[in-house]
Parts: sequence; C-alpha cells; structure tokens
Amino acid sequence: MSGTALANLADWIRDSSVYRSIVRHGSADTNRNRSLVIFENLFLHVHPVKVREKTLRFTHTFWLGGITLVSSIILFATGILLMFYYHPSVPQAYIDMKELQFVVDNGVWLRNLHRWSAHLMVFGSFLHLIRVFYHRAYRPPRQFNWVIGVVLLLLTLLLSYTGYLLPWDQLAFWGVSVGTNMAKEAPLIGKPLRFLLLGGNIVSENALLRFYVLHCVVLPVAFILFLSVHIWRIRKDGGVQGPPEDPSAEKGAP
Amino acid sequence: MSQPTPPLELVESSDPIVTPRRVALVRPDLRPSVRREDERWVMTFPHLILRELILFMAVVIALSLIALIFDAPLEGIANPLETPNPSKAPWYFLGLQELLHYFPPVVAGVLIPGLVVVALAVIPYARINLSAGPLWSGDERKIRTWVGLVTAMLTILFAGFRCWPIVVPTLAVAGAMFAAYKGTEGGRFRRFLVGVTLPEWIMTWFIVVATLLTVIGTFFRGPGWSLVWPWNMHLPV
Repeated sequence: MSGTALANLADWIRDSSVYRSIVRHGSADTNRNRSLVIFENLFLHVHPVKVREKTLRFTHTFWLGGITLVSSIILFATGILLMFYYHPSVPQAYIDMKELQFVVDNGVWLRNLHRWSAHLMVFGSFLHLIRVFYHRAYRPPRQFNWVIGVVLLLLTLLLSYTGYLLPWDQLAFWGVSVGTNMAKEAPLIGKPLRFLLLGGNIVSENALLRFYVLHCVVLPVAFILFLSVHIWRIRKDGGVQGPPEDPSAEKGAP
Repeated sequence: MSQPTPPLELVESSDPIVTPRRVALVRPDLRPSVRREDERWVMTFPHLILRELILFMAVVIALSLIALIFDAPLEGIANPLETPNPSKAPWYFLGLQELLHYFPPVVAGVLIPGLVVVALAVIPYARINLSAGPLWSGDERKIRTWVGLVTAMLTILFAGFRCWPIVVPTLAVAGAMFAAYKGTEGGRFRRFLVGVTLPEWIMTWFIVVATLLTVIGTFFRGPGWSLVWPWNMHLPV
C-alpha cells in the first residue's frame, strides 16, 4: 500500500462517525487540535496543553520520575500475569516458582522482569528524591508534593519488601525474618505490630498470605491513590522544576 | 487578547454574570505557574507525549533484555530450621542491617530509620531549607563554631559505637565544608564548594553514609557478619 493510500485510509477512519464519537477532534495538524488531544483525554489531561521548552531537556529532570513510573507500570502488568500462576500457601508458593521455571511459557522471563523492574523502581525512587532535593524542587509551592513523594517511597519499599517473601525460598524467608525482627524492637508497639503483620510470632504460612494480600491489593491501591495525587500536583504546582533558576544568570540570556 | 483591555473600575458584586471581570493578585514567589518569564513554550502534544512514549519504550526494552540475560535468584525452599549464614535483608535494607552491627536493635531498627523518615518529610517545612544561601555567608565565626561543634559531637558519638562507616564520611564532609571556608579564590572545584548550602552539605553527608553502609552490608559482609572481600563470598541478591 502506498503512502497516500495509507493517509487516505487514516483520513477515512478519522472522519467516520464512529471514530468521531470517541475522539471528537480531527488530526493533530493544528495547535487547536493538538490542544484538544491533551484536554479531551482523561489520561493525558494531567498534562497542561503547553509546556516550557526547557523542561524537555534531559538534564532538567533526567526523567527519573518517569523511569520510576514506567517500572511501576511494568510491575503492574507482570504482577497481574504472575498472579495467574501463584498460590499464597506453603509449600505451593515455592512449587509455583518451579512451575514458572519449567512449565510456564516465558515464566522465568516474566519473573525476571518483575524482579528487575522492582529493583529499578526502588533505585529510581532514591535517585528521583536526590535529584529533586539538589534542584530545590521541594520549595513552595511544591512542599506537599515532596511529602507525598516520601510516602510513595515508603510504599515502594513496602511493596518491594512484601513481594520479597512471596517466592518462599530461603532468601525470602530469612530476608523477611531479619527485617521483621528489627520491627520487633520498637518500644510498646513493636511486638503487637509484628504479630499483626505476620499473623503469628514467626514467619509462617499466615505471614505469606498476609504479605500476599498486602502486596497485591492493599499496597497497590494505596500506591495508585498517592501516585495520582503526586502526578496531578506536578501540574497544579507549575510543572516539573529542574535546576533552580539563578536570577543573575538569566539576565544575560536573550 | 487582541483587543485593548478596557480601563478597570472596581465594582463590588456577588453576581458573576453581571460583573465577570476579575483581577487576581498573585504573589510571584508562591505560584511559578503564573510567573512571567520570557521563554519558549511548546505544545505538549507532540513534544512531551512523544518523549514520554520513547522513554516508556526504552525502559521496557532495556528491562526486557536484562530479564532475558539475568535470572532472578531462587534458592531452596524456605526452611526455618536451617539459618543461612549470613542472612541478609534485601539490598535497600542492608544499610540498616549494617547499623545493627554497631548499635542496639532499638537504635538501628527503629530510632534511626524513624528519624530519617521524619527528617525527609519535614524538609520543605524547615526554614533552613527554604532561605539558605551558601554555607559561609553571614556571621562566619558563628557558623565555624557550630560546624566544628556538631562535627565533634557526631564524631565522638559514632566513634563511641566504633561505627567507622559514619565517622569517616562525617570527618570527610566536615573537611570539605572547611575547605570552602574563606574560599573566594582557587580552582573551579573550590569555587563550586563555596556555593554549596548547608542543607546540601547535610544531604550529601546522609547520602554518602547511607551508600557506604549499604555497600559494606551488601558486598563486604560474610558469615557471622564478618568483613570479607566480595570475591570471597557467595552473593545473595
């Protein structure tokens, strides 16, 4: 098919009454329609219609928040697929790991992708926090978004940590044992908190089930809520802030 | 806005249909979205959306390749009776686990992480972070006394616990702070140090300490949490 035929087909689809009932504007060949692409779309309208050109530079944000967000999207996708193959019970959880390895098509790759994306998400969050700090982007009016970011970092760590137990291998069991033993030391609330978290006094089948529910339901829901506010507020607070603007340096600029 | 703005007159009214014209007074330090700046703006679509799409695809492809090459670790089935030596938490908690080696559990496991989280959360509300200029500005003698005093206290405190991974960065950062003292001349690096603010010094100190503890805990701790070289140890990830 030649280029014009493709373009004609695209025009025909775009002008059809069905397409127009879904997307009301025509092709994005005018600035008016480019604006409509953004604000007639539920998902894109977290963006303003126009952005400052310099915010697109790589060194402005290093895209660290974006990298973290993408890794979380991968985690949701692979996590849902992994849930089809997983039973949160002892010893079936570990057997499911072996099934992923030897029975499920691309099972190893699926689990690898989930694992490495999780590491990237934690690491990316740290780097994002450091970037925002040194760019002083926590200053007014972005104070509260910084606090939400800290909450998101804690949720990320909790998500990663609850997921760490699920394979039910030696690494998982003892990693979580070490961590929850630390929580035990908190005065007064430490032991009850640990009991609540583990559903017992040791890491057992109850703990596996609780971590599973936290990992797959409670924490993701909380994460999505806080993430929505975080991203929405970027726009409300005036867009992403890169390196602090030095008033004396700006003078020389045209 | 091609028409000239008619002269404004103040009309008090609660009827928004009759008196639609408003004047907004915005303090420029509060809302960067309305700050007037001569700079170029571009349409979000396609300029930003396209970049986001490329970022998405780049991360997906990179992680997919990594997942093809490197396998996630999987050891034997969990056995409460057989404790591996050493048992390690995931890497992002190994800094805390390393602290357990020096401090009582309530300090390493509760007090320090609690303080870190609170300190992070209050950063935008602490005045020091909002108005800070370079460290050595204003009353330099007073600042010198404070920096010296705090460094000495931290050094004595952590040296008392034999916690060298904190003592060494503390002294190093303090050394760098004093290197910038009276430092109007010198090379590029010196001039860079002179511009660093107090919150940036503190954050840098925190990042160096946290990184050092995590690296030691991850790569240099073997059986019984003894110091080993990374190449002499089986590495759990």
